[in-house]
Amino acid sequence: MELTGAEIFIECLRAERVETIFGYPGGAVLFLYDALEKAEKEGKIKHILARHEQGALHAAEGYAKSTDKPGVAIVTSGPGATNAVTGIADAYMDSVPLVVFTGQVHRHLIGNDAFQEVDIVGITRPCVKHNFLVTDIKDLADTIKKAFYIATTGRPGPVLVDIPKDITDNESRCEFNYDAPPKMRSYNPTLKGNTRQIRRAIDFLLEAKQPIIYTGGGVIMSGASSQLKDFTQMLNFPITNTLMGLGAYPATDKQFVGMLGMHGTYEANMAMHHSDLIIAIGARFDDRVTGNIEKFCPDAKIIHIDIDPASISKNIMVNVPIVGDVKQVLLALIKELKIRGDQPDQENLGHWWKQISEWQAKDCLKFDTNTQRVKAQYVVQKYWELSEGDAYVCSDVGQHQMWAAQYYKFDQPNRWINSGGLGTMGFGLPAAMGVQLAHPDAEVACITGDGSIQMCIQELGTCSQYKLPIKIISLNNGYLGMVRQWQEFFYQKNYAMSYNEALPDFVKLAEAYGHVGLRIEKNEDVEGALKEALALKDRLVFMDFVTEQEGNVYPMIPAGAGLNEMILV
Amino acid sequence: MGMSMIKEERHVISILMENEAGALSRVAGLFSARGYNIESLTVAPTEDKSLSRMTLVTCGSNDIVEQILKQLNKLIDVVKVYDLSEDNPIEREMMFIKVSANNMAACGAIKRLVDIFRARIIDVKSRTFTIEVTGDRNKLNAFIAAVEDHNILEVVRSGCMGISRGNSALKI
Ligand SMILES: Cc1ncc(C[n+]2csc(CCOP(=O)(O)OP(=O)(O)O)c2C)c(N)n1
Repeated sequence: MELTGAEIFIECLRAERVETIFGYPGGAVLFLYDALEKAEKEGKIKHILARHEQGALHAAEGYAKSTDKPGVAIVTSGPGATNAVTGIADAYMDSVPLVVFTGQVHRHLIGNDAFQEVDIVGITRPCVKHNFLVTDIKDLADTIKKAFYIATTGRPGPVLVDIPKDITDNESRCEFNYDAPPKMRSYNPTLKGNTRQIRRAIDFLLEAKQPIIYTGGGVIMSGASSQLKDFTQMLNFPITNTLMGLGAYPATDKQFVGMLGMHGTYEANMAMHHSDLIIAIGARFDDRVTGNIEKFCPDAKIIHIDIDPASISKNIMVNVPIVGDVKQVLLALIKELKIRGDQPDQENLGHWWKQISEWQAKDCLKFDTNTQRVKAQYVVQKYWELSEGDAYVCSDVGQHQMWAAQYYKFDQPNRWINSGGLGTMGFGLPAAMGVQLAHPDAEVACITGDGSIQMCIQELGTCSQYKLPIKIISLNNGYLGMVRQWQEFFYQKNYAMSYNEALPDFVKLAEAYGHVGLRIEKNEDVEGALKEALALKDRLVFMDFVTEQEGNVYPMIPAGAGLNEMILV
Repeated sequence: MGMSMIKEERHVISILMENEAGALSRVAGLFSARGYNIESLTVAPTEDKSLSRMTLVTCGSNDIVEQILKQLNKLIDVVKVYDLSEDNPIEREMMFIKVSANNMAACGAIKRLVDIFRARIIDVKSRTFTIEVTGDRNKLNAFIAAVEDHNILEVVRSGCMGISRGNSALKI
């Protein structure tokens, strides 16, 4: 049957089993919206109208990060497309599978500085996994098919499809066929690890005296948490997760030594620094993890498992590179370990664990609650207890993000949703919308700061429209706290532009959008407020916790230092 | 590792890529975004119209060049990448150079240089010679140096093309 471009678009989404699409309309996508509306009426798809394209993109990211599906978004040409760029770049840095549709001006107007024309394919080229401009209706279905395929396979990432308006109009029609698998001679990710390297890795594992497993977001993306658990427990090695990898291994398990990196635990960083073998899995030796590269883990041999060959030996040279899908490689390693039947030397491991427990005894995350105002760390810890560690926690960027990562103990993957690579303030609330839409009955929180929440505050409107009962935990210190902390440490307390003047009354603001607002000023009221909010199952509750103003995130590795040079409280 | 200790070497990289709009800017953009240098870059379609062949010359330490090859491979439009430098490749570059002679003696000198370098004069007008020279870049540089005493009006270089020796071929 011959279909219009807009109809083909809908049929492609259906074939890809897209249930939810996030977006914002405009001139160049009106034919697509016309078709979307009809499809929605027939119950084929649900469109979520954000209040800003950035919000739509982060929502799509939250949806993708909390499920095993790609996030899908649609925005108009020009300003709609440029507003989406932050979300696209964010997804690129954190390898989030997204398919983003942008409207484009009519083909004959491209290059003419037409109204709302922007070269979005050019603008996004450095921050997408791939992008396409559709120039013929005959290519539309095939291009969309490729977009989904590229976004979701290999190392996932955002793919943008730019569609000129006249391709979607009612004049041109084309036969629709979506059956053929995507043909791509130039794209063929390696999934299975090289057998020789896997055997070498086993040799290293069995010889290690002071090993540590260091895992990142790749484990979560690959859906390999249970394999990681088997592998780690077979070996009785300590394990640390990156900020993106939290939840891949249960945080309450005794082999878990906490997050590593700039604001990681003392024990995780010390164990990394003193290790003789690092097994890096789906992690990329980011500068927030390694500290000063010259001082990085001087005695460690490194095994690195990653689906992206370009991540291997990029920042740190490794001894055993294994390119492949984390799950498949872990399964192969487990199998090979079983075949060999050997165990690492338990006496050595015993000494290593004893050393680690001495580092743990420092209790680097301790804090006192003898503060006049609310203690931010305490709020997160209480929320973890009261939500029984079972919430989906989204966060913005700043001190509150680090406290959320340090004090909420994630025992399951896909529960911790934050912007790690790009560090995008404004991510939290819209991401939480995406999560709540994907998991309507789940407990979803957005831990945020008084700066970040204002960057996508307009999405409170979206939350009212779709009745999303998100719990916003705002740790309001009156400052751009993370900036202030750096200014305190490294700029002689010159608090340039980091004080948040003229904060709104967040309670009233929440109420104006039809939500519940609570203001909490004392530690003793924290528990009551959280309980009250948790009990309001079907309402969004904005909790404005007035926290101590100049609290700092500890421990910390200052810039230029090594992992063994942490500042403790 | 101090930066000063790292040995930088010249690499000639062959790239086979989809002949699609934007493919070239993906490669060029990759180099500028990641701060890799490009000494020269040439590109044209192959006998198979759906493919373009690019020769890219860059300079860097082994680690950097390994990253460059991986990052190039990661581009969706790139079908194959090969570092030719590993096996003494054939390299050629073409140059047009326009030289004007001050007097008849100089005309003779230029013609002799053209013969020595096996270059060709393709146009002459009132003591101005347009010369075509083909060879590796050292030869072209040497030719420029040799005619420097005369007035060099214009130089156009194609950038290096490379191909491997023997029966190995970069094909899909
Ligand atoms: C869009 C964007 N702009 C600027 C920054 C730089 N930045 C990083 S943290 C931070 C302060 C965040 O303040 P707030 O949200 O109040 O959180 P707090 O650190 O106080 O917990 C800023 C400005 C950023 N990460 N993102």
